[in-house]
Amino acid sequence: MKWLRYLLPLALFGAVVAFLGVGLGLNPREVPSPLIDKPAPAFTLARLDDSSQKISRDDLLGKVWMLNVWASWCAPCREEHPLVIDLARRGLVPVYGLNYKDTAAAATTWLNKLGNPYTATLVDADGRVGIDFGVYGVPETFIIDKRGVVRLKHTGPLTPEVVRTRIEPLLKTLNAPV
Amino acid sequence: MIAEAGHFALWLAVGVALAMGVLPMLGAQKNRGDLMLLARPLANGLVLLILLSFLCLIASFVRNDFSLLNVASHSNSALPLQYRIAASWGSHEGSLLLWLLMQAGWAWAVATFSRKLPLPMVARILAVLGLLTFSVLLFVLFTSNPFDRLFPVPADGRDLNPQLQDPGMIFHPPMLYMGYVGMSVAFAFAVAALIGGNLDAQWARWSRPWTTVAWTFLTFGIALGSWWAYYELGWGGWWFWDAVENASFMPWLVATALIHSLAVTEKRGSFKSWTVLLAILGYSLSLLGTFLVRSGVITSVHSFASDPARGLFILVMLAITVGAALSLYAWRAPKVGLGARFEMVSRETFLLANNVLLVVAMAAVMLGTLYPLILDALGMGKISVGAPYFDAVFVPIMAVLVFFMGVGPLARWKNDAVPALGLRLRWAAGVTVASAALTAWIGGSITLGSVVGLLMAYWIVASIAAELWERVRPAGGVRSNLWHRLRLLPRATVGMMLAHLGVAVFCFGVTMVGTYDIERDVAMSPGDSTTVNGYTFTYQGAQGVRGPNYEGMRGHLVVTRGDKTVSNMYPEKRVYRVQRNPMTEAAIDSRIQGDLYVQLGEVIKGETWLVRIWVKPFVSWIWFGCLMMGLGGLLAVADKRYRVRASSASVSSGTGPVATGSAAVSA
Repeated sequence: MKWLRYLLPLALFGAVVAFLGVGLGLNPREVPSPLIDKPAPAFTLARLDDSSQKISRDDLLGKVWMLNVWASWCAPCREEHPLVIDLARRGLVPVYGLNYKDTAAAATTWLNKLGNPYTATLVDADGRVGIDFGVYGVPETFIIDKRGVVRLKHTGPLTPEVVRTRIEPLLKTLNAPV
Repeated sequence: MIAEAGHFALWLAVGVALAMGVLPMLGAQKNRGDLMLLARPLANGLVLLILLSFLCLIASFVRNDFSLLNVASHSNSALPLQYRIAASWGSHEGSLLLWLLMQAGWAWAVATFSRKLPLPMVARILAVLGLLTFSVLLFVLFTSNPFDRLFPVPADGRDLNPQLQDPGMIFHPPMLYMGYVGMSVAFAFAVAALIGGNLDAQWARWSRPWTTVAWTFLTFGIALGSWWAYYELGWGGWWFWDAVENASFMPWLVATALIHSLAVTEKRGSFKSWTVLLAILGYSLSLLGTFLVRSGVITSVHSFASDPARGLFILVMLAITVGAALSLYAWRAPKVGLGARFEMVSRETFLLANNVLLVVAMAAVMLGTLYPLILDALGMGKISVGAPYFDAVFVPIMAVLVFFMGVGPLARWKNDAVPALGLRLRWAAGVTVASAALTAWIGGSITLGSVVGLLMAYWIVASIAAELWERVRPAGGVRSNLWHRLRLLPRATVGMMLAHLGVAVFCFGVTMVGTYDIERDVAMSPGDSTTVNGYTFTYQGAQGVRGPNYEGMRGHLVVTRGDKTVSNMYPEKRVYRVQRNPMTEAAIDSRIQGDLYVQLGEVIKGETWLVRIWVKPFVSWIWFGCLMMGLGGLLAVADKRYRVRASSASVSSGTGPVATGSAAVSA
């Protein structure tokens, strides 16, 4: 059975190739979210700047809002950050940050450094709420309508194109007077 | 016409590469000298054809031929000449052509500098390299042709990504690819030896210098990439554990294990099947890295235009190349034998520990990089892996590795004893602890991480000093011949010491910048000043600037320390005309004791800017350490014994199969 030992690398390699083959068929940026057109998961989370204040899903009913999942350790978050700032500055939509698996100190430094576009940042230190939202990789962005229903999910950094072709038109329809 | 010539040359190269992959191999198996002798001329022809093709691509970029899709997408008539040339490898297609050129270049180098090798070995090595080139050529021609035409012809091009318009871009990819592709030489040596059945100390001696050179290029390439990210991305960091960075780091870890394992195989004849496996793994990881970057399976900050068809092609290529090599391994390696025995405490054991730790580190990086993908493929939920994971896993492994790095070179081959080793290293250990404590005390901030980092750095320095002292210590107390003895040290030993010192310098830089990095964001109007760590930064205002293909604002800060002006710094904010993305050009004043790093943030109002100031102590030591590692590698390659006639005296093992080729070695 000694020869089995020498077959081991080949077997391991076969497993890796199989996974890569399956991975090829999946697009990491377009994870179909079962949440689309479903009510957003319930949460109650503390604010980053004041942990005594809590915000829950139901506090945000009645307005269209955007949830941007980020972390200070996430490099692509830096890349999309100017766009988030721009979105917030244009007043298109109130942006809530979900600070995912991060420490308060690092997150605060990060915001001070790069600018804080968020109406409020919610602290999700253990990633529980992130899991409820099906967060696949940071950054991710959700748009939630007035009835608390998830209408859009974008995985990976926002790009000017996504903002222009998907987010802006969606906000226009959602914000239109009924 | 130029583009068609380049395209045609590539097709000719396909034929040459196939001939090179098949005929010499047949010759070696059937023992036909005429076929084996074809290998060298075919290798020369291959490199000429690919060079011609590459020059055609550069010419198309230089002449602004926007009828080529590649040129139109990655260049612009306003782009300065040096970046038009660099743009030839700034795209996916062009970078693969560069890859091909280097692949053929390595094959040519092997063909030229292998006069000492027996002909069947050369024929097999070149045949393997020919087949590897053949597969990459097919990939380029079928999925990524750099010479595709575009109709209608646009008036001007879409310009090169501004982040790539930088001297770093000119040097980083060629260096990195030299390393990636260089791993294919170690791979070819391993596969050739598996086929020929001459997997022995002689084989290790032949492949050692090639592997070390490839490793050196990889080291320089990764260091340049890190340095480029540091000053060009403007995030102030030097490593982000990004998927693409990891893709280059994994082959480096394996190559590092390989050069150490080859040392054991050469000196003692042991670890043979392990060494072969590492050689195969090194090139496999280069291919895997390419797959990860080019196929779009993983999101990354530096993604190339990705395409699933390309991904599938690379995956098939990877499966065939590596699958064949590993099958060959499973078939031939069991007959290899074990080599010389060694005791529990010996240099072999320390090198084995080094190998295991490096491979475990590589596996940890690979797991972190592929984990999201694997979980997704299994439909098992979603997870993200970031710097916290890598830091937590990587640092402890490296700490243990560095400890062994200090002990290993002092340990004797075959067997040694712990008490004796402890006695020889007692001064080194004492000095290490004292210096680390002193540095942390002077620095004024002590964290667990900084203490571990400093211990690592000083331990390497102290143990090298101990080793050096043992080697040059005058026997009878005569000091006059100290210098003479220093000069007698073999270059390989000096190279090893230099490379290990490089690791110490690197550790020191990483620890210092990690612990004592200071960062300030200040809103500054003209005339305002702020003091960071003893340096006073006075903001003079900002003016508009116009570059060849961008417009922007340039700030001016005067830095003083006491009454002395230390530096004038000019950070810029640029908007490139064609792609319209804003770019921050940080101003960096680099000196030995640390960098001053200034960046323009946003306009707050009127002439008031948010200015970001970093003082980064000893950050340049990170790259200087990498430079020392690479130079150490080059010194080791320059060792005399690779140029003199190989003697069999250094091989004390008689248990392996007798080298079929070693009898034919001649100077």
